[in-house]
Amino acid sequence: MDNIISLRNINKIYGTEVKTQVLFDISLDIAEQSFSSIIGASGSGKSTLLNIISTLDRPTSGSVRIAGVDTTDMSRADLARLRNQSIGFVFQFHYLLPEFTALENVLMPARIRDGRVTRETMDRARELMKLMGIEKVANNNAGRMSGGQQQRTSIARALINSPKLILADEPTGNLDSESTEVVYDILRDINERFRTTFLIITHDRRIAQKADRIIEIKDGRIHLDLANRLSPAMAGQSA
Amino acid sequence: MKTAIKIAWRFLTHAKGQSILIAIGIAVGVSVQVFIGSLIAGLQAELVDTAIGRNTQITVTAKTRGGVIKGYQALVEQIEQSQPEALHVSPVVDASGFLRGSDGSDFPILLRGFEMERSDGIYRISGALVSGQLPGKGEVLVGKDLALEAGIVDTVTLATPRGSTREAKVSGVFDLGAAALNGRWVISNLELAQSLFSYKDQVSSIEMQVKDPFRADIVAQSLSAHLPEELKAVDWKSQNEQLLSGLNGQSISSLMIQVFVLFSVVLAIASVLAISVLQKSKQLGILKAIGISNRNASLVFLTEGFLLGVAGAVLGVALGLGLAFAFTKFALNPDGTPVIALFIDQGFVVISAAIAVLSATLASLIPARRSARLDPMEVIRNG
Repeated sequence: MDNIISLRNINKIYGTEVKTQVLFDISLDIAEQSFSSIIGASGSGKSTLLNIISTLDRPTSGSVRIAGVDTTDMSRADLARLRNQSIGFVFQFHYLLPEFTALENVLMPARIRDGRVTRETMDRARELMKLMGIEKVANNNAGRMSGGQQQRTSIARALINSPKLILADEPTGNLDSESTEVVYDILRDINERFRTTFLIITHDRRIAQKADRIIEIKDGRIHLDLANRLSPAMAGQSA
Repeated sequence: MKTAIKIAWRFLTHAKGQSILIAIGIAVGVSVQVFIGSLIAGLQAELVDTAIGRNTQITVTAKTRGGVIKGYQALVEQIEQSQPEALHVSPVVDASGFLRGSDGSDFPILLRGFEMERSDGIYRISGALVSGQLPGKGEVLVGKDLALEAGIVDTVTLATPRGSTREAKVSGVFDLGAAALNGRWVISNLELAQSLFSYKDQVSSIEMQVKDPFRADIVAQSLSAHLPEELKAVDWKSQNEQLLSGLNGQSISSLMIQVFVLFSVVLAIASVLAISVLQKSKQLGILKAIGISNRNASLVFLTEGFLLGVAGAVLGVALGLGLAFAFTKFALNPDGTPVIALFIDQGFVVISAAIAVLSATLASLIPARRSARLDPMEVIRNG
């Protein structure tokens, strides 16, 4: 199985006068179609790591390969295209565009990619929303939905361009336990159905424990990296 | 491109109140621009018209004092052919003399012998008639003040300083709007003046107007080059420096007002759009995370600026023209004519609108550049 994410010797230092090193020489491979979680206390460096994986931030040294492509020397426009086509994002605060309806939000990455909405994309958006159980609120403005509906909309948005990788930052951080369960089941379902790789950052141990692989970051280093249970995706990975 | 425009449009329509307010802000600027511009242009047009519009703008005379122009017909023809900008090229005989009043006293006059159809184009005498008609053969037209003072009835006696006299029938009375002219001018056709003052087949000057009065000096210069040695061409500009500097001052002050209005409009748009980047930083962060390019993110704000500029310009032109119309309807002289007849130059209105659109778009460059620098993670992390 190929690796969708391949980090080599990642260091991240903030500041020029007073230097603060946040990440120390991190090397990490995430296999395609896997369902992994990153946990760590706040200030551990896990968010910085996610920013670097998502190409929103660059490491001070080290290389980041996403879907086999080295991002070190890519221009900002190329990185934007890579994010648009290869990575889906799910954020803690849902982050829908309040000016647009749920359906338009779901379509936005496709609109950015193609400049317009094709019939196929529209069908896919409707299908995804049905899958998420939010087809009834498709024409609601983003502000007029419950937290769970908003988060499911943002998952549909992350999936619209059929990315190989979905990065989720505290996807259930803002939801009650029932909604958390629903969202987790959806993510897991997508993982199996579309073979999409998931990397979930969470401090919620219940969610982390349901992942195939748990990586714990502590003081900017990988403190723990273990296979949670045997699964086909984990076969080639060492814990 | 299309995506950026769609996002910009949605941002604008979502915050309707704010968008309308900005558009009104731009509109007020544009309307002041259009109104003040039309007002000053109207003032200037009126001033130019009264000062030089009903007067000769280039006069060809002999270089020597009291000299005459021989063979003027050929010269008039030559000027008309060589100077396409010259209008109403008219030969004129001017001579000082006297008019004998009904009580026998003499009034000093300036007898102006005109080729009537031509000079009428310059002085618009036919429009200034109080009574009667333009003078025919052996007839004269007298000014309203002179007619009153001298008690003129049907005929007058004209006298030259050398003592020759001639009776002439009065065809009518004119009012050219200036006491100096109404009290001194006596207008006849060319032949009468020529025969009374022994000009034979000569004239004292050739007068003309210019399509654009402000090019009179240029036309006069090119005319001088073609004139016979003994003649010269004098334009109104070289003779009215004070008027000219007054007009220039007005143009400059009008330009200054417009520049400052423009400046404030640009500042207003830039600051409002800059705030809207802050307001939209969350949305921009999301859009950047899901892969919108910096170019398209900037384009969102440029489009917003452009659309606001267009809306403001359209509204502003309507408002400005409405103001101008109201001004001519309500700011009236006692006789019902507008205090200042506005001069609405379509080109000027279009340029004002275009400048507003352009400056709104340019002003939005500032927030557009800011949006490019925005770090999406910063926004997403901090909520």
